[in-house]
Amino acid sequence: METIQADVAIIGAGGAGLRAAIALAEADPKLRIALVSKVYPMRSHTCAAEGGAAGVIKPDDSMEQHFEDTVGGGDWLCDQDAVDYHIHEAPKELLQLEHWGCPWNREADGSVAVRPFGGMKIQRTWFAADKSGFHILHTLFQTSLQFPNITRYDEFFATDLLVDDGRCQGFTAIEMRSGQMRAFRAGAVIIAGGGASRMFPFNTNGAIKTGDGMAMAYRVGAALKDMEFVQYHPTGLPNTGTLLTEACRGEGGVLYNKDNYRFLQDYGMGPETPVGKPELKTMELGPRDRVSQSIWHEIQKGRAVKTPWGDCVWLDLRHMGEKKINERLPFVRDICISYLGIDPVKEMVPIRPVVHYMMGGIHTNTKATTSVPGLFAAGECACVSINGANRLGSNSLVEILVFGHRAALSALEFAKSVAPGNDAALTAQADASQAKIRALFLRTPGKESIAGLRKEMTDTMEEGCGIYRTQEGMEKTCAKLSELRRRYADVALHDKTNVYNTDLLSALELGSMLDCAEAVAMSGRERHESRGAHQRMDYPERDDSKYLRHSMAYYNGLEPPRIDYLDVVITTSPPGVRDYSGAKK
Amino acid sequence: MTDNRMAIRQVELEVLRYNPETDQEPKLQKFTVPCVNEWCVLDALNYLKDNLDPTLAYRWSCHMQVCGSCGMMINGEPKLACKAMLRDYSGVIRVEPLSHFPIERDLVAVADDFMAKLKRVKPYLIPGEKRTLADGEYKQTPAQLERYKKYAMCINCMLCYAACPEYGLTPKFIGPGAISLAHRYNQDSRDGGRDERQEEIATSEGVWECTFVGACSDVCPKHVDPASALQQVKVASTVDWYLEHFMSWVKK
Repeated sequence: METIQADVAIIGAGGAGLRAAIALAEADPKLRIALVSKVYPMRSHTCAAEGGAAGVIKPDDSMEQHFEDTVGGGDWLCDQDAVDYHIHEAPKELLQLEHWGCPWNREADGSVAVRPFGGMKIQRTWFAADKSGFHILHTLFQTSLQFPNITRYDEFFATDLLVDDGRCQGFTAIEMRSGQMRAFRAGAVIIAGGGASRMFPFNTNGAIKTGDGMAMAYRVGAALKDMEFVQYHPTGLPNTGTLLTEACRGEGGVLYNKDNYRFLQDYGMGPETPVGKPELKTMELGPRDRVSQSIWHEIQKGRAVKTPWGDCVWLDLRHMGEKKINERLPFVRDICISYLGIDPVKEMVPIRPVVHYMMGGIHTNTKATTSVPGLFAAGECACVSINGANRLGSNSLVEILVFGHRAALSALEFAKSVAPGNDAALTAQADASQAKIRALFLRTPGKESIAGLRKEMTDTMEEGCGIYRTQEGMEKTCAKLSELRRRYADVALHDKTNVYNTDLLSALELGSMLDCAEAVAMSGRERHESRGAHQRMDYPERDDSKYLRHSMAYYNGLEPPRIDYLDVVITTSPPGVRDYSGAKK
Repeated sequence: MTDNRMAIRQVELEVLRYNPETDQEPKLQKFTVPCVNEWCVLDALNYLKDNLDPTLAYRWSCHMQVCGSCGMMINGEPKLACKAMLRDYSGVIRVEPLSHFPIERDLVAVADDFMAKLKRVKPYLIPGEKRTLADGEYKQTPAQLERYKKYAMCINCMLCYAACPEYGLTPKFIGPGAISLAHRYNQDSRDGGRDERQEEIATSEGVWECTFVGACSDVCPKHVDPASALQQVKVASTVDWYLEHFMSWVKK
């Protein structure tokens, strides 16, 4: 097997991976950086983020306010030291992107403009129309092209981490073009592999978001933290699940039930605010968990709009007018017309909540360090706990920058401190990883199909781990996932060739998703309280006495994960009441 | 909301198949795919892969017209499969990899040439005036943003290369996508790298290869209008030439 030697190797070339690569290249022009991704960097799912990125820059704003919004928005499951680092680094990172050419929207005087976003008390979301993630990703990718010491391995699918002598020293990856396996050896490894929402049937995520990075770290002993916290975005297109950014509401869009009633006022987010004049942190600018849960209740009460795609509520943008929609939400308009045949300038758009983001992920501390020495993680695949039990929109586009950068600094320091690894041991591990793939090729197709198992997995995730959950429902899902993980061992390939074998990649991705899904369901089953995005019918209240703690899922082979707990870091903000009623000060 | 959007329709797909390990040459394979009327071609391919033939290879991810993965020829035209709506097609739909690129496998085109050209045009900000983070942001008015914004919308889907007859004839041509991106930075008020980029793009392999067919702009799914970028670069390059040869004392 060909071995590729690097000083730091990065898995994933989306926002976090690219930011890390650039930080490493800037820190040391002699450093050998391997940037490995299963897709070309521009295809990474960062490109699909629409609304923007939060950073304190305006004179009416403050770090304290960003901190308070984030911690309260996360229902006090955020680690406050991480939030503090995040909010202080945020403006620097966003400004750095500006210096690299990001086309942020501007005020008339040429300064960077900000827009309102859900759960934020002050306008602080930097944006590039409704394609903020796209522009951030392309700015980073293009900027990365000027550094000769970043070597990209595009369309290389990472399969297993190499851990020897108590530290991560590389990984194996399949070069998709040839089907050949390569061993990447490095002094430090950064995982920036993105989320795993494809484990659900109805989601906003691209096909690539299958939790490969999370699963790889999990399998070598890193904890997956707070996996039960899955964000439903309130406004997805009802048929395709395509995201309609929260900026729709930030810019003045309102939600109605079938009776043209602005129902959010019935769920602690009122009183009603004037149409077209959004007020911060109330009504349509409530946090995502609360808004999605309110829609769920409206559906239960029979006040939903019946559509061919199921029960929905209306998103109304019409009062904004064509000019403003074209200026601020052009992509939203295109998407509605393309996939729904509805022009939001003229008609209301039916929407329903859709799985969007994993708050949980590989446990990291504020230095982006995982519990496996030599292994670092950043972005959606990581859980540094700035998002707690519910992420506020526009915090994650900053998280990829702040902690991508941080992971680079930590990885660099670590890589410089270590001696070369044990060649024989690492070779043996890489060979074992290759043998697993060979075994998959040798298996004769039986009755299990990749698409079939995937469907059973997504169905059971929706049934048991939706917006509202019960012990019984999650027990069933856990049992089903356990069964699916066993049946997965019988999956065989129909495609036995080497070049660009997507049958093989689908099989590996399914394996990653099953591992992550079980961590979600098991962590959820064990959390007997309702907090943020984890809402239980049988335990409707938050219980700080027992669960002001992160759940930590540890891989346990074919058995379900072992669940442990870790205290939340609280510095200045003790748990309080989340208040989204605009009437109160 | 009752209409025929949810109606099922049998769609005949003719898909180019080619596996370099097993096939001498590409061939078309026919499939009949039960589709929902409101689907796009990508949905049909996904159904095909999950239910009829798991060996089919193609790229896709976002299913929302922004990641640029699923560019392919659909009935001979370069399209994003996630933007090609079945409602706009009747009869057999022929699906092939993007023209003018080597085939890696099935619908997967080899992107090496495009990626190399992208890098070559220096598509990153080369600051005119150096600023540190402590100096704050570069001021840029909405009007200045507007000058380049359109060219910043390129998703690198390569449809313009598949449409460009010049690229088909002369593969060394840098091509519409990369030149537009160079132009995007040239037009950015924060940038001072125009001369460096012109060395790459205002050449015989650059804009002067373009014969202004305009096919690139016709197929662009993001209305980047590469043809206008190329013409603007040509004009700028002509002005540069005159300044250099007849008014060499004038600073460009």
